[in-house]
Amino acid sequence: MSLISVKNLGVAYGANTVLHHVDLHLEPGEIVTIVGPNGSGKTSLLRAIIGAVEPASGQISLKPGLKIGYVPQRLHIDQTLPITVERFMRLTDRVTRATCASALEAAGVPDLLKRQMSQLSGGQFQRVLLARALINKPDVLLLDEATQGLDQPGSAAFYRQIEQVRRDTGCAVLMISHELHVVMSASDRVICLNGHVCCEGTPAVVASAPEYRALFGTGTGGALALYRHDHDHDHDHDHPHSHEAAE
Amino acid sequence: MLDDFMTRATLAGVGVAFAAAPLGCFVVWRRMAYFGDATAHAAILGVALSLALQISIFAGAMVVALIMAVTVTFLTGRGYAMDTLLGVLAHSALAFGLVAVSFLSGIRIDLMAYLFGDILAVSRLDLMVIWGGAILVIALVVWRWSALLTATLNEELAYASGLDPKREQLILTLSLAITVAVAIKVVGVLLIAAMLIIPAAAARGLARTPEAMAGVAAAIGAVSAVAGLQGAYIFDTPAGPSIVCVAAILFAVLNLITWRSQSGA
Repeated sequence: MSLISVKNLGVAYGANTVLHHVDLHLEPGEIVTIVGPNGSGKTSLLRAIIGAVEPASGQISLKPGLKIGYVPQRLHIDQTLPITVERFMRLTDRVTRATCASALEAAGVPDLLKRQMSQLSGGQFQRVLLARALINKPDVLLLDEATQGLDQPGSAAFYRQIEQVRRDTGCAVLMISHELHVVMSASDRVICLNGHVCCEGTPAVVASAPEYRALFGTGTGGALALYRHDHDHDHDHDHPHSHEAAE
Repeated sequence: MLDDFMTRATLAGVGVAFAAAPLGCFVVWRRMAYFGDATAHAAILGVALSLALQISIFAGAMVVALIMAVTVTFLTGRGYAMDTLLGVLAHSALAFGLVAVSFLSGIRIDLMAYLFGDILAVSRLDLMVIWGGAILVIALVVWRWSALLTATLNEELAYASGLDPKREQLILTLSLAITVAVAIKVVGVLLIAAMLIIPAAAARGLARTPEAMAGVAAAIGAVSAVAGLQGAYIFDTPAGPSIVCVAAILFAVLNLITWRSQSGA
């Protein structure tokens, strides 16, 4: 059985339809990247999966007892709210200090337990978010533009970490990216969304091409890959597929 | 022991401080300060209605505060900015309340007692209501603490953990209405928001975790209540405002100390 199965999903805010006829399945251990321009409904899809927004049509079924680890797009912690990394790690799960410490170590940010969340750098913050999402050993990891605000080497390191997580725990990964052409190379599938599923494919690893080097530099260790959109198929609707214009 | 009006007043003040402290932290974290004000201002309409209908002031104030809080929650994000909405509702409720009071010509009421509180006139029954309300609020907040905190930090995070942020918001709103209702007698509708916000804000610099902040806020609130009442007795000043003055002074002093220790380090 699929971990997550979305059938013919439609999401609307008032009269404004943001998603229609979306089908999506996530199998155990799979890494799926969803790309799409701003306003394409990526975040709405994720919000529908976690139950934050009611579908206007269609169905979403989660495997019974599915444990979700969620990494939000950005987490603003108000200046007035003091919270240590350790307390944050225990936000929704009852875990020991030792578990927190080893989760942080596995995330590559040891010794942060006593630090205030507000004192962390962008990269440390994202890794703490990831470590917290992983602490109750989820079956699926949902990431909403988790690399936003990180530079390219930072994103690459973050992606390598997620790949490592999948290797170690076998947890499935569903992530959203606003980058249309550069995706995590370990993605098993890439789904391009623009109100509906425009195209679906696998990322092309072109690490040896000179263009690739020019584009990514050499510090990314093959964590990033290009995705070529294949929009030559026919839909029974007539809106333009203007990715480049929307970027 | 409860025969002494100062003892009753002190216990009433401490009860309100304990309930207001953890709630005040959420009010500060969620930037709902004005929300507390709006709920409190609406309570004066509740007072007027209770007097007209001859029902308990606590009940009347709580019902109106609750209606106000739920209305605000419901209307948020429907075309008006939160502060505009609260400005309209809070001041309208206060104005309607004051006008309603003027119709009650048959009853002699001391409006000042409801605007600024009348803590020295707290009866044994009042004390029971105040502590009953305070214990209820503390129990609600402790029970939902983790969920409230998660929903405060990030809505999606709450949903993904199987929580409903809207339900948590409602629990917070409900607690706020109860606190406002029981605090009217102690500090009055104009100063309730101060009891929510000032101790929590004063505790910020001393705390490293949310729980510590709530604990320190409770302590600061209790100290303010005790010292404010003593001050009011010695200097013959109004009790409610004196309590808020002590809290404000503690806020200033604690901030100065934190600021100095940070700039010295």
